[in-house]
Amino acid sequence: MFGYYLELALRSLKRSPGLTALMVLAIGFGVAASTTTWSVFRAVSGDPIPWKSAQLFVPQIDVWGPNGRSSDGEPPVAMDYTDAVALMRDHRASRQSAMYQISPSIVPTGVGKHPLNVSGHAVYGEFFPMLDAPFKYGSGWSNNDDANRAQVVVINSKLNQKLFGGANSVGKSINIEGKDYRVAGVLDGWNPQPRFYDVVNSGGFSSATDDVFLPFQTAIQAGISNDGNTNCNAVPAESGFVGLQHSACVWIAYMAELSDAAAVTAYREYLDGYARDQQKSGRFSWAPNNRLRDLPAWLSSQHVVPSDTKVSLLVALGLLLVCLVNTVGLLLAKFLRRSGEIGVRRALGAPRSAIYAQFLTEAGIVGVAGGVLGLLLTVVGVASVGWVLPKDIADLARLDVSLLVLTLLVAVVATALAGLYPTWRASQVQPAWQLKSN
Amino acid sequence: MKLPPIIAALRRHKAGVVLIALQIALTLAIVCNAIFIIGQRIERVNRPTGLDESNLFWISQQWVGAPSADTADGVEKLDAMQREDLVALRNLPGAASVVPINSLPLRNSSWTGSVSLKPGAEAGGKGNVRTAYYFADEQVLPTLGVRLVAGRAFNAGDVQHQGFRDNPPRPVVIITQALADKLFPQASAVGEVIYSDGSSAPSTIIGVIARLQTPATGSWGSDFAWYSTLVPTRLNANFANYAVRTKPDQLETTMRAVAPLLYKVDPLRVLDDDSVRSFSEIRAKAYRADVGMAVLMGVICLILLAVTAAGIVGLTSFWVGQRHRQIGVRRALGARKVDILRYFQIENLLIAGVGVVIGVLLAVGLNLWLMTQYEMTRMPVLYVLTGVLAMLAIGQAAVFVPARRASNVPPVVATRAV
Repeated sequence: MFGYYLELALRSLKRSPGLTALMVLAIGFGVAASTTTWSVFRAVSGDPIPWKSAQLFVPQIDVWGPNGRSSDGEPPVAMDYTDAVALMRDHRASRQSAMYQISPSIVPTGVGKHPLNVSGHAVYGEFFPMLDAPFKYGSGWSNNDDANRAQVVVINSKLNQKLFGGANSVGKSINIEGKDYRVAGVLDGWNPQPRFYDVVNSGGFSSATDDVFLPFQTAIQAGISNDGNTNCNAVPAESGFVGLQHSACVWIAYMAELSDAAAVTAYREYLDGYARDQQKSGRFSWAPNNRLRDLPAWLSSQHVVPSDTKVSLLVALGLLLVCLVNTVGLLLAKFLRRSGEIGVRRALGAPRSAIYAQFLTEAGIVGVAGGVLGLLLTVVGVASVGWVLPKDIADLARLDVSLLVLTLLVAVVATALAGLYPTWRASQVQPAWQLKSN
Repeated sequence: MKLPPIIAALRRHKAGVVLIALQIALTLAIVCNAIFIIGQRIERVNRPTGLDESNLFWISQQWVGAPSADTADGVEKLDAMQREDLVALRNLPGAASVVPINSLPLRNSSWTGSVSLKPGAEAGGKGNVRTAYYFADEQVLPTLGVRLVAGRAFNAGDVQHQGFRDNPPRPVVIITQALADKLFPQASAVGEVIYSDGSSAPSTIIGVIARLQTPATGSWGSDFAWYSTLVPTRLNANFANYAVRTKPDQLETTMRAVAPLLYKVDPLRVLDDDSVRSFSEIRAKAYRADVGMAVLMGVICLILLAVTAAGIVGLTSFWVGQRHRQIGVRRALGARKVDILRYFQIENLLIAGVGVVIGVLLAVGLNLWLMTQYEMTRMPVLYVLTGVLAMLAIGQAAVFVPARRASNVPPVVATRAV
């Protein structure tokens, strides 16, 4: 029977090519707009480390007190040097790292090569295992290296390609800001988006990669100053980078790994205890007002997903809705025009279910055709996203099998839904009335 | 033409009528809000920075192995290096004027602080006005092309230099007209004294410039977008940035000459691909997201309007076909062609009228909802009114072709069996 309905449907669609084309175009455009904006939204709102994000936490300490809080009572989003180092010293989480953004220059060996500027972070050794950063060669550094302020560096594969032609460079040395550092490891093209470990400085998305990672205390000692945001509630009393370390200015990001609920509770209590100690010693004159958010909650509190992306997705879904309403109207017109034919079929003994099957097949064909057009338009859409969106976000939108399957599925399901009401109306045609009126 | 028969006829195609009205309502709601977003973005992109943007370019560079800016000795050495660069750049044949400056409007890298009428004001307290500082020398006004409206420009004697992270007093400053109006609504600001960043050292306002945008384009900086303060100071750090105004038609040749020249002065420095950029590139980059959003909204609006118009054409054509015989009867009974045409036009006007009434409610509701969720302002009534008129016009345009076909049905149809 299905083959027969297919033939009937094609014949009917051919009879009014304009109307058919209109329906297919509407579905195609509506679906393509939705899936293209979805591909961008999916890329920016995804969990950058899904297997572990529930165990990664960002602590915030209220170093400025009531005057420095945001309008909704939130403490600063970054840490000052004193608190970051104190939390590292206490070492209460299973792994943790304070970090700050750096932008040192590197002098390549070889004549005629100009120095180059790289961006990166000064971190503690636990940073790499905590974030499951993949290494191509070598590894990170140990807690001992942190304590001894070892002259080691971890570089990304991009910089390794530039400096060493992609060879295993572990043990070789790099000149950073005039000092030699031994390469401890080479990361395997690691560039998570959003850059969840330092949202405050990257704003979430960045087209630049982090090329170098230095030990935190080594970088502090070498005077490699921070390149990211510095926020102060008062002008630092002393000048220079050392003055910044002695001030209450916030410029350090922090992340801790807490494996279960008990550890989270214990860490919360530890933070409050720390703030109470500061209150007792007179450094804070206010009650503890700390925050400890897991990674998904932290990303959402920092509004990492650009609101433009959400608004475009909403508007595109609105377009799809209008296209579907349009399709309902056109299918209704198309089906009811054939009331006479339906009347004859029903009078000859076709049950309502047969009418359903026939017209849903027709709607389904429109859906498949719209879906195929939608596929083509989605390919074009994702390819031209870079033309419309900022590079660092557009680069993240990818075309993959799941997106293509989704496009086709949305088109067919949506059209079938749109076809339900017109089909129901068609099945309600009274055979006697139709035969009589003719 | 009487309305009751049209309404009576519409009751017989309830579903079709509801669908068209719904489609018009949704289209109106979405298009109004999308056009409003486009309007906001265009307004944002078109606001002048206050600079004379043509023939202006920007250099950012960094020295390698430079002395530390945290020691007095290092600051002097860094300043000497910067002055050496300036001499070389000012001798470029294409350069009209050159200024060392920490940032430019739209560069999104800013040094912000607050100024107050009282000394030692607490940061974030009342009476403080947020501002963004531009640290530059006496060449700043001609290089940026900003207009002085009162007082005097900086002279060489005003210019100091300081380490990047130091906070020495700022004896003289120039502020924008917007900041002057905010601080001194009643009187001229020239000669008045302000205190910056909670300092107790006074800064005398020696001049007021017409307009200069702050570097930040993000929403966090929109509250003080026009409150710029110029400080006559060369900042000394392991990097230095310069703005160059070239003679007419020499922008590109001068830009190309910069890297070789600076490497000749001192090869131990970082100059990469985007170290030398024209201001038009800076502008394009800063507003790329806004232009993109406007284009995207525009494309979606076009598709929406086309789909809705085509839907009206399709459904009206169907109705015309369905009522072929009735039209013939009316024509046989003496109705003129224009009566048939009017019938379908009025019918569409009725449906579209209901649609736009619902659409206005939806549009306003959507706008209010977007305001609670995202950084959106209230949509002016003008957008809704324009949208209503546009939807009605599109409805009439879409209905015209099928209505014309209906009016051409000959009266003889009435006498024929189907």
